[in-house]
Amino acid sequence: MRGLAVLVAFIALPALAQEAGNQSSVPAEAVTGGAEIMSFPSPEAPRGEIVPPLDIEQAKQEKPETVVAGLSSDSVAITTNFDGSEVTIYGAIKRQTPIPDDSQLDIAVTVEGPPRSVTIRRKARRFGIWVNTESVVVGAAPSFYSVATTLPLSVILSEEEDARYRISVPTAMRSFARPFSVEDPVDFTEAMINTRIADGSYRVDAGGVKLEEETLFRADFRLPANLIEGAYKTRIFLLRDGRVIDAYSTPIEVRKVGLERWLYRLAMDRPFIYGLMSLFIAGFAGWGASAAFRAIQRK
Amino acid sequence: MQIYLPIAEVAVNAFTLVGLGGIVGLMSGMFGVGGGFLITPLLFFIGIPPAIAVATGANQVVASSVSGVLGHVKRRTVDFRMGTVLLIGGLIGSALGVLVFNLLTRLGQVELVVQISYVIMLGFVGSMMLIESLRALRRTRSGKRTARRHHGWIHALPFKVKFRSSGLYLSVLPPLAVGLLVGVLSAMMGVGGGFIMVPAMIYLLGMPTKVVIGTSLFQITFVTAFTTLMHAVSYNTVDVMLAVLLIVGGVIGAQLGTQLGARLRAEQLRILLALVVLAVCAKLAMDLFLRPDNLFSLTPGIV
Repeated sequence: MRGLAVLVAFIALPALAQEAGNQSSVPAEAVTGGAEIMSFPSPEAPRGEIVPPLDIEQAKQEKPETVVAGLSSDSVAITTNFDGSEVTIYGAIKRQTPIPDDSQLDIAVTVEGPPRSVTIRRKARRFGIWVNTESVVVGAAPSFYSVATTLPLSVILSEEEDARYRISVPTAMRSFARPFSVEDPVDFTEAMINTRIADGSYRVDAGGVKLEEETLFRADFRLPANLIEGAYKTRIFLLRDGRVIDAYSTPIEVRKVGLERWLYRLAMDRPFIYGLMSLFIAGFAGWGASAAFRAIQRK
Repeated sequence: MQIYLPIAEVAVNAFTLVGLGGIVGLMSGMFGVGGGFLITPLLFFIGIPPAIAVATGANQVVASSVSGVLGHVKRRTVDFRMGTVLLIGGLIGSALGVLVFNLLTRLGQVELVVQISYVIMLGFVGSMMLIESLRALRRTRSGKRTARRHHGWIHALPFKVKFRSSGLYLSVLPPLAVGLLVGVLSAMMGVGGGFIMVPAMIYLLGMPTKVVIGTSLFQITFVTAFTTLMHAVSYNTVDVMLAVLLIVGGVIGAQLGTQLGARLRAEQLRILLALVVLAVCAKLAMDLFLRPDNLFSLTPGIV
């Protein structure tokens, strides 16, 4: 058992060293700023990158617990009658040693849509009417983000690890386009997150991951009907004591197919022909309607 | 049944769209208006991005105005010369409108300006129509007829041209200006502009009522077609799937509307239309003045 603790410490050491390095270059308030995980980090706060693949490969040899996972489908086709899609992410924990009993195993699973830039505007009353006044631009925010966990994130994940791996919703946002013209950019991103949680683009599902015997798990995700095309990134994190002990990532391809794809490409690549086609359809429908109406009247 | 709109990148209920098109078609069949002034705000309301609502609304108006103008060409109730002058003004106005629309989008004020324009326009047109039709109703009851109005200043303008079908000898400047205004409205609001042009042709230009609707539809067909093409080429905002669903509903609604309209009296119809116009105006005005639930709004892209 002591051997295992040493092993865990050994794996965690490089991470800790990196953490210390981060802190030196960052104002202290940015790191300790939020009281809990769901607070909204300052735009100046550091955004870690996913652990380089090299680290993962190296660590895999020595990790006591690793994740093995699968998807119910690794691609989603947007067809004309596309009405959202279900994706089940399932898997197991692979171990060479007995289950550690000094800490609890938790799992977080995220699905993230392609990032897009967003302009957030605030209305204010001017001359008696409500007008857009100030704006903040987020350079890249996921178009879709869903995180499912075994327990609330604030319980199972430390802030530092969240900042590194960008697991919670606020940290999943990438970059602000600077400079800011407003004093309180954080209010704007908070409003963006709230709006997107309200319309279903962002989702937090504590308890959405079912874990059996600390070995088998599954999480069901509902992808909404207003998906955009692109590679959706799926990530699975194994957590102990608030730290990430293993991570796994795989993409889900979301693509328009058939008519949807053809129309979209035509509109983007040959907009003049697309415009003429739209007019032809409208003109033909109008002519057809008047012709049909006259035919009915004659009878 | 949900349907995914390829350009708008949202899924909406297909029956809702056919229904919306149907309501607007019903209005156009009953009242002889394009109905674009209703479709654009309704599309905003069901979550279609504003730029796409405006561009696709224009495409839908093409269908309904083609349908209308063909009948008028057959009955020879189109003043082609007047229509062409209006059209030249309209095309210049449309190009200007698309430019202004893009500028406002970048400033984040497009919804506000469109909303204010709607409130002013619908309020003005609605109350004018209501007053006029109430007066007409009283006139038909008392059996009196009023004399044709005179507009001295309009006849003092230069560049006079003969408009034979309308029986007018008139400067080209007023119809050019009317066309220009309607073109700007078409590009910025996704409307045909018939509800402005028809009163302007009757009261400002003094055209005979029998050629007004046909000539207006002639101008609207080409201006909205041009607008659609401009939006499609410059900003890829025409969603043809959305347009087709609206058109299908519009075609059916227009047939029902025409039959329903034939059973009602013209003055009553105009009062009804005036009330609908004022109701839409009041709803839009309330949105401007009441505190919104969410002060923040999101727009995709860096604009």
